[in-house]
Amino acid sequence: MTTSSAGPPTGDLADIPDEVLARFGDVQYEQEGGFPVEQGYTWTTCSAVENANPLFWDDAVAVALTDGPIAPPTMLSVWFRPHHWSPGHTEPAVPLQAHFDLKDELDLPEAIISSNTITFHEPVRPGDRVRSRQILRSISGPKTTRLGLGRFWVIEVEYLNQDGALLGVESYTAFGYRRPGEGAQ
Amino acid sequence: MKTRLLFGNVAVGDTPPELGYDVTTTTVVLGALASRDWRPMHHDRDFAVNRNGTRDIFLNTPNQAAWFERYLTDWTGPTGRLGRMTFRMNAPVFPGDHMVFTSTVTGTEIDDAGCGWIDLDVALMVGDVAATTCAVRIAVPVDEDDNPWQRRGDGWRP
Repeated sequence: MTTSSAGPPTGDLADIPDEVLARFGDVQYEQEGGFPVEQGYTWTTCSAVENANPLFWDDAVAVALTDGPIAPPTMLSVWFRPHHWSPGHTEPAVPLQAHFDLKDELDLPEAIISSNTITFHEPVRPGDRVRSRQILRSISGPKTTRLGLGRFWVIEVEYLNQDGALLGVESYTAFGYRRPGEGAQ
Repeated sequence: MKTRLLFGNVAVGDTPPELGYDVTTTTVVLGALASRDWRPMHHDRDFAVNRNGTRDIFLNTPNQAAWFERYLTDWTGPTGRLGRMTFRMNAPVFPGDHMVFTSTVTGTEIDDAGCGWIDLDVALMVGDVAATTCAVRIAVPVDEDDNPWQRRGDGWRP
């Protein structure tokens, strides 16, 4: 599946494997969160940052403003983060798998997320089953930063609920790199 | 929280109240686990120091987002609805740091759907360092009868 907003790759891509180039704009790793959205988690998050917004603590306020309880918008990515362990899985699952795939395929062992944009759409509600899907949007030519030699890439994660409504989109700009003095494998 | 910020009460150049907070190891670990981020650099000091080369564990990005949201809705009240946030992480935030959230209103707009938008540049400061910056677009009511949370479909253009 290719989305309509797929942009062209940028920069010098001569060393990029064909299978990576072929993935631009493709939907990858469409998956459902491992559990339904739960209000207890929203309270834990609000507690962690001492967020007293009555929208998340007072049902009457939630009913008046949002037709019932919702989760804080910034928790969008929380609902698809995998458990650290679950039956049948011997390795810890990682979110944003498309990012880790690129690290491996481009042989860039280190990576940082340099910027992150989140756009919020429909509110997330307790009981929702959040689905996510990852889309590779761009890869830059080789760049040298203070961290080392590497490439920037942009991956979008779209979040939808069980009815297909768009909940939000996260766009991650990452820099994958090799530390100075470290040779390629 | 009694605040219910209205669009007409905001102007470009306004500086919402600051929020200061002393970061502890508990702040970092609680925030990481609340955001289901199990990566060791957010709870394992040995890993953070010896593998990442940082001086301690540090706040993870999803938890920082929750801090930014709390800071903003402390100002707008519960009718403030986030539309868009763009983060740029410049430096880690460690236990022992005193973080201060500051912001400046950079734009105001009522869009074609009648939604009142405020644009802000927000910074998480540690001393003189902007550890994380965040460009925010948040909707607030244009009058007493408006509620941005009720906007759907084409009426919501973040």
